[in-house]
Amino acid sequence: MATTAHRTARTREDDRTDGRSDEDVLASAYETAFDAAVAADERIEPRDWMPDAYRSTLVRQIAQHAHSEIIGMQPEANWITRAPSLRRKAILMAKVQDEAGHGLYLYSAAETLGTSREELLDKLHSGRQKYSSIFNYPTLTWADVGAIGWLVDGAAITNQVPLCRCSYGPYARAMVRICKEESFHQRQGYELLLTLSRGTPEQHAMAQDAVDRWWWPSLMMFGPPDDESQHSAQSMAWKIKRHSNDELRQRFVDICVPQAESLGLTLPDPELRWNEERGHYDFGPIDWSEFKQVLKGNGPCNEQRMSRRRRAHEEGAWVREAAAAYATKHNGAETTSAGETSAGDTAAGRTGTAHTGETGVRRA
Amino acid sequence: MTATTAPLAALALGDDALVLSHRLGEWAGHAPVLEEEVALANIALDLLGQARVLLSMAGDEDELAYLREERAFRNLQLVEQPNGDFAHTIARQLYFSTYQRLLYGQLAAGKTRFAGLAAKAVKEVAYHQDHAEQWTLRLGDGTDESHQRMDRACAALWRFTGEMFQPVDGLDGVDREELRTAWEESVGQVLGRATLTVPEGPRTGAWTAGAGRQGVHTEPFGRMLAEMQHLHRSHPGASW
Amino acid sequence: MTDTDWPLWEVFVRSRRGLSHTHAGSLHAPDAELALRNARDLYTRRGEGVSLWVVPSAAITASSPDEKDPFFEPAADKPYRHPTFYEIPEGVRHL
Repeated sequence: MATTAHRTARTREDDRTDGRSDEDVLASAYETAFDAAVAADERIEPRDWMPDAYRSTLVRQIAQHAHSEIIGMQPEANWITRAPSLRRKAILMAKVQDEAGHGLYLYSAAETLGTSREELLDKLHSGRQKYSSIFNYPTLTWADVGAIGWLVDGAAITNQVPLCRCSYGPYARAMVRICKEESFHQRQGYELLLTLSRGTPEQHAMAQDAVDRWWWPSLMMFGPPDDESQHSAQSMAWKIKRHSNDELRQRFVDICVPQAESLGLTLPDPELRWNEERGHYDFGPIDWSEFKQVLKGNGPCNEQRMSRRRRAHEEGAWVREAAAAYATKHNGAETTSAGETSAGDTAAGRTGTAHTGETGVRRA
Repeated sequence: MTATTAPLAALALGDDALVLSHRLGEWAGHAPVLEEEVALANIALDLLGQARVLLSMAGDEDELAYLREERAFRNLQLVEQPNGDFAHTIARQLYFSTYQRLLYGQLAAGKTRFAGLAAKAVKEVAYHQDHAEQWTLRLGDGTDESHQRMDRACAALWRFTGEMFQPVDGLDGVDREELRTAWEESVGQVLGRATLTVPEGPRTGAWTAGAGRQGVHTEPFGRMLAEMQHLHRSHPGASW
Repeated sequence: MTDTDWPLWEVFVRSRRGLSHTHAGSLHAPDAELALRNARDLYTRRGEGVSLWVVPSAAITASSPDEKDPFFEPAADKPYRHPTFYEIPEGVRHL
């Protein structure tokens, strides 16, 4: 039995093969509706028509974001087993767990665009999709856990808050949930650094060293300068992105300077000073050649992060297969709560086998 | 307060939870599927929470966790066993969470100082047991490979299970015979449904029964503690 | 079904008694039992819910955006369904 979703999809495909003029008429009507929705600040939802480039831009961005959450677990997990107090250990475990959760929310958002998590993971593992370069730096001391929370999560939040208003509904909703959960991440990092900064001289030095190493890479997280950014203009027009890279970077610097003072730590930039005229802090030039090197795969941990990710995936294959095999054997014998859920309250009838996210696009 | 005078029962239960939580924490970033990252971390966090309450009953939680030598730890040898593959982790979870659920069930109904903690923790532990059971079924009755792995894991850890039913000072109210019978029945039933056989062979090693509870541990435990304690010990007296 | 093929499930959470279940997101699981447990771990780890539903994504039939007009617009021109449509003399209460 064809579902409504099937029919819709087929109708559209049939129209495309029917004849050029129909297709053109239809496409331009769809495009007008899409443009109007974006202009009116309405959200685009999974089953709406959208330009192919909009879809592929979103897939690329959401996937990169999801991959960053997953790879980003590694540098912090590096310290779970060595956390110096049980309280800190619980906090760090909960934080790394959240990152797995955020990865999941984001993969789900990407899946509403007609791609599967498996495809996205494949692309990550084969290097066809990227993750944030920041995670190619090592966590050398315990203070790095604090610096990541304060600076890296701080930069991420600066980037992500505007994404809560992104034009694509599922991405915006995932970001709302993530931002809510992230706020504890940044605070715990700041508190951790504050404790170290006010602790023994060795602890203070550890904190300063970590900030010295993470400051510049954090500024690079906002991406290349606006005049060199490839995708920015179109993404802004589509309201996927709301502010330019440089705008967000400046906002982040302005937030961090007073926070560093309260920490009793310095930021490693001799050119950092308040500019009365601009109403912002001026800061020194960023070493973009380092950024490009790390992006190309020559960062200190690129190889390690990727091989560890691949290994985890490969070593888990037999587990995933086992669960799938068990499900096939026991299909239909599942315990369900069907008796409790009243039919009227649940979504409509059982249908075919389409794989969709948010009942969105059929997966090929 | 020094570790050696700390009440044994609080240490025994606290160390079980602390050590197993640490082992589960080692999975972070390695789990077979993302959803399982979240599940394992949830269990680890529950256990760590229990450990903190229990160790605080015996003294300062951080002093006890970070400054005791290996021989002063009172956890079961079972929980210190390395993660191995996912099957080993699940077998360890099945054996331990079944024990912990039954034990805490008794403690919650009893009159010892652990009744309050046990009443709260038994709900968490029930979930841990369910998680272990679900995965035991899927690995045991999944593919040939998963069946073999699970079979090996259950057998390998079997010899650490006898220790769970040894007496512990301060847990006098616990009916150990009932604990043992209920554990065997529960684990046997899950293994049966998972098409696995209950391992045969001794349930205690060549060591005196109850070795972990007496401070006798296995080799991997020393390395685990070295990693866990190193940073804390490198900065004597520092706050974190 | 291969290992690459754990199906997608939609998760609905009842945040507290008295409220209906609301869509929270989705996840992958090999079967309903694990889907429910994964949903618990993923979507209620901050105490967000008291009840969960998981539904195979493939089992949901959705209205199409193409049908937006015939489906939903006719409902927009029936103002008499809304209480504000009716004029009531001032001073009349409890109405």
